[in-house]
Amino acid sequence: MTNTEELRRRTGELLAAHPPATTGRLDFLKARFDAGLAWVHYPPGLGGLGAARSLQAVVDAELAAAGAPDNDPRRIGIGLGMAAPTILRHGTEEQKRRFLRPLWTGEEVWCQLFSEPGAGSDLAALGTRAVREGDTWVVSGQKVWTSSAHLARWAILIARTDPDLPKHQGITYFLCDMTDPGVEVRPLRQITGEAEFNEVFLTGVRIPDAHRLGEVGDGWRVAGTTLMNERVSIGGMRLPREGGMIGPVARTWRERPELRTHDLHQRLLRLWVEAEVARLTGERLRQQLAAGQPGPEGSGMKLSFARLNQEISGLEVELRGEEGLLYDDWTMRRPELVDFTGRDAGYRYLRAKGNSIEGGTSEVLLNIVAERVLGLPAEPRTDKDVAWKDLAR
Amino acid sequence: MSTVSMTSAEPDLLYSEEEEALRAAVRDLLTDHCAPADVIARAESDAPHDLALWKTLADGMGLARLLVPGEHGGQGATHREAAVVLEELGRAVAPVPYLTSAVVATEALLACAGDAAAGLLSRLASGRTIGALAVGLHTAPGGTFGAVRLESGLLHGELTGIADAAVADVLLVPAQDGGLHAVEADDVTLTPQVSLDLTRPLSALSLDGVRGSRLGDAGPAVHRALRAGAGLLASEQLGLADWTLTETVRYLKERAQFNRPVGGFQALKHRLAQLWLEAAGLRAAARSAADALAGEQDTDVAVAVAQAYAAPVAVHAAEEALQLHGGIGMTWEHPVHLYLKRAKADSIAYGTAGAHREALARLVGLEAP
Repeated sequence: MTNTEELRRRTGELLAAHPPATTGRLDFLKARFDAGLAWVHYPPGLGGLGAARSLQAVVDAELAAAGAPDNDPRRIGIGLGMAAPTILRHGTEEQKRRFLRPLWTGEEVWCQLFSEPGAGSDLAALGTRAVREGDTWVVSGQKVWTSSAHLARWAILIARTDPDLPKHQGITYFLCDMTDPGVEVRPLRQITGEAEFNEVFLTGVRIPDAHRLGEVGDGWRVAGTTLMNERVSIGGMRLPREGGMIGPVARTWRERPELRTHDLHQRLLRLWVEAEVARLTGERLRQQLAAGQPGPEGSGMKLSFARLNQEISGLEVELRGEEGLLYDDWTMRRPELVDFTGRDAGYRYLRAKGNSIEGGTSEVLLNIVAERVLGLPAEPRTDKDVAWKDLAR
Repeated sequence: MSTVSMTSAEPDLLYSEEEEALRAAVRDLLTDHCAPADVIARAESDAPHDLALWKTLADGMGLARLLVPGEHGGQGATHREAAVVLEELGRAVAPVPYLTSAVVATEALLACAGDAAAGLLSRLASGRTIGALAVGLHTAPGGTFGAVRLESGLLHGELTGIADAAVADVLLVPAQDGGLHAVEADDVTLTPQVSLDLTRPLSALSLDGVRGSRLGDAGPAVHRALRAGAGLLASEQLGLADWTLTETVRYLKERAQFNRPVGGFQALKHRLAQLWLEAAGLRAAARSAADALAGEQDTDVAVAVAQAYAAPVAVHAAEEALQLHGGIGMTWEHPVHLYLKRAKADSIAYGTAGAHREALARLVGLEAP
């Protein structure tokens, strides 16, 4: 088993062979991947060493201290957080070797073609069709809320391959080349004024069968890996005290005594306490994972942060009074990254509204907690045994 | 302008194997000896406390000595272990003076130097002597508290709202000379007050020329005692919330209406999921407070955060349990009322959530207008 000492030694060897000061960024990242120090819990040959996940921190700390370049994990978050674990778990050896390295180095950005205008919370109702023609699948349909689609080289895609089966059984999972003919990406301007998401229109897109992930008709199970990792990555960031949305509003309170009122003070203190407790809950979850005792708290972290972000940013707009009537900039932009805390209070207020919708609505997540954590009975299902083509829509 | 304290190391928020073993032992004992029906029956009697249970816990299992250092006959364990005991006592709304004697009175004595305090500490550690701090249960750490007159070496005065004084052998009484004095309970006239919480009853004390022994300065001793009481009360509130949630989930899986288990209705599922989220937060906050008390790092903030969060959660859990049990929840025979009464009383004990938020405002530099 790989231990801390061995990781330090391997990291030292990487730095000696490829000094960050004289090595190009991409060359260093490729060398790091090949040394198994990209994600140490991945298998050897695929950027890892089969080590404990918690040991990644040892490598990261050593590399940061040496001033090594990183792979800009936020910019490639969808690839790292969702595509990679799904390819690792369900992909063929050839797919893993083809896709994981450029994914990790950031040479290839990924996006996620899951949601559709008619299939949001009821994702398994999706209607994008994939029809087999020999060794090729011909895909047509419309996807929506696709972050990074305008930057992405590849997409993870789920499509319906058998409309005569019940909705969960007729779905297949593909890796879609975003440069293929028939893929059209249109910006979708949103409540904040910017276009962080896209609509993606797929018209007769031809995907080789070699880019199918998992068995035909097994796409819902494969997508389960993606969705589980999506929620973990949304709720899982590590924060210092006042590290989240509460930070800017607490700073405004301290720096602008003329804005203070007793009513706002009470509300601020309540939210400060709740933010600190949510932070501690996340910290406890991480300690459980590190100790090999995963708890169910992960299901709840996204729920708590969504509500808190909305309440805190709402309070901040009000606290600013006259300034709260203003907005920094309505220009339509297409940002590479979503910056939750970098713009003004009005932006944070509007953007946070999405936190209880994206990656699973709060209503769906409450059902998941009730059924999977508390063991309460599921809602009666009227769609389970009905062919997809016969469902109401 | 104060800046926010950023702790260098995060608190240890998990339970150790030893703590889990301790929990299992306490829970087994309470399952066998602290049935809700017996607690209800006892609550109606003149002697609501269960002294046989106390003897087993404190004397038999040695739990009264957890916070006492080895040289005074203690185990030298920490607040982390005491917190686990309190979680289980909260789950059972056990009518024993653990928080008041083994935590609050013990902490007051730990703040006092000298032989008198040391001797008394050993007696409390044995569990054969019960102590009570004669400060109103509602008092927040740092809050003002009543003190009796000291005239010609004798104590005179009245004090009210003293929790568990009815079973105390020794009372720790603040006096106007600034000292904390140990008084034998037999020398004090005690009048039981009719209390909202039947399982942690309050008493009024009357001292009419009573001789006491001065243990040390009252200010720091009372502050230390109330801070530990407030911090560890969060663990009792966690146990209480955990029991009400678990019991309500169990009931709603069994109870059928409209030809379905009631727990299958989304309107109720969402309420229970929300409670679970709050309880998960309370667990992290309570562990953080216990760990901070044990390590004396970031303690004031951790205790204030835990108490500002705990009371609304515990009360909400008990209120939801009552509502979701329907009519049976309103009856005297169902134990949910014991939990509601304890939760509501706990929301005032050692300072309300509002008092702790005010403390926090000063601690983290978010001053009022």
